[in-house]
Amino acid sequence: MKAIQTFIDHYNYFITIFLMVAGLYVVIARGNMVKKLIGLSIFQTSVYLLYIAPGKIIGGTAPIIDPAFKVYSNPLPHVLILTAIVVGVATLALGLALVVRINEAYGTIEEDEIFRQDGGK
Amino acid sequence: MILLTLMAIVVIAIVTQRSLFGVVILSGAYSFLMASVLIVYDAVDVAMTEASVGAGVSTVVLLGTLALVKTREARADARQPLALFVALVVGAALVWGTLQLPSFGTADAVIHRHVAPYYLQNVVPQTNVPNVVTAVLADYRGYDTLGETTVIFTAGIGVMLLLRGAWRRAQRNRKDA
Amino acid sequence: MKADLILRIGTKLLLPFILLFALYVQFHGDYGAGGGFQAGVISAGMVILIGITFGLETAQRVAPKTLVEFMVPLGVLIYAGTGIAGMLAGKNFLDYSVFSSFAPKGRERGILFVELGVLVTVSSTMIALFYAFVERGRPQ
Repeated sequence: MKAIQTFIDHYNYFITIFLMVAGLYVVIARGNMVKKLIGLSIFQTSVYLLYIAPGKIIGGTAPIIDPAFKVYSNPLPHVLILTAIVVGVATLALGLALVVRINEAYGTIEEDEIFRQDGGK
Repeated sequence: MILLTLMAIVVIAIVTQRSLFGVVILSGAYSFLMASVLIVYDAVDVAMTEASVGAGVSTVVLLGTLALVKTREARADARQPLALFVALVVGAALVWGTLQLPSFGTADAVIHRHVAPYYLQNVVPQTNVPNVVTAVLADYRGYDTLGETTVIFTAGIGVMLLLRGAWRRAQRNRKDA
Repeated sequence: MKADLILRIGTKLLLPFILLFALYVQFHGDYGAGGGFQAGVISAGMVILIGITFGLETAQRVAPKTLVEFMVPLGVLIYAGTGIAGMLAGKNFLDYSVFSSFAPKGRERGILFVELGVLVTVSSTMIALFYAFVERGRPQ
């Protein structure tokens, strides 16, 4: 019974960890660079969840001060993640621009193919 | 909880999908689910950003890239077992670390005791702005946001340099030849 | 590149509302959800929508490339300038209380200026990203 309670209490963390691990797996296992970048952004979004979830208070409301409410969720993680999202898309675009240039130079976005063309292992 | 489970399913689909178009569209759906989850967590500002940035702009940019590259992923190679092993070990370590965290939604967790009460109490008398997130973002943590804006600026300049300058050079070379 | 009729008319109908919503999000960000980041992305989304349905040339008539590229650093300058204005008035960098004799009022104004800077940089950067990726795809 206690185990089930623990599981339910931490369910959001478990999903967050699953997303993180899936992103990590994609980054390591896949050679396609666009897929790698998407894996990286999944990893990144899981970090958003990891930050926001502890800030939530059950029974609380969004942190916009109003006399009608007493309990607010923690605003600090929201601030940190808000900017992180926009920066995330900017860096994703930078990565994709690099992928486009690599594609123009090598004619492929598969990592192994590029290694082969470079004469490496 | 259901939304979170849906997110996990979408991610499994992203991992197994080989057509990159499918992956991009699924990642748009993933972003919308993420935005819904964030609304449930009371993070309305963040949810709005995620819906517009994650599902909007990044999908557009990804599609713009797919227009320029091959959209079919090659078959995976031999690195998979190693990757799976690394991922599982990291996941197990993280789960082990998570078990000690306070339960979801408790009001007396450590995170709610330190700076947040100060913001919540002082933000209206000090800045006249009821939205705490905006006030903290632009005022209390103004340096941070200046830095973030500069990062966006730099990334934009970087993309322009990568995608525009070389094109001009290539054209010049063609003219010379 | 001619899009479907329904798509074109629907887009035309939507555009003013998207812009209005972006402005609402920007200037109502003090009281409700939103702020410079969100408004910037939404207004950039408007230009991107034009670009997708009516083609790049139309989008670049709405938001000329030189203007967009000028706006990218302009936003950062507005932000930093707000900070330096505080310094010139004898307070710390990014201390907004100088914008009014009553400190909270001044900080409210300062937040507005800063969010304006964020709006300018974010929206123009997103539009510039879109232009850069699309132009790469069409060799002249």
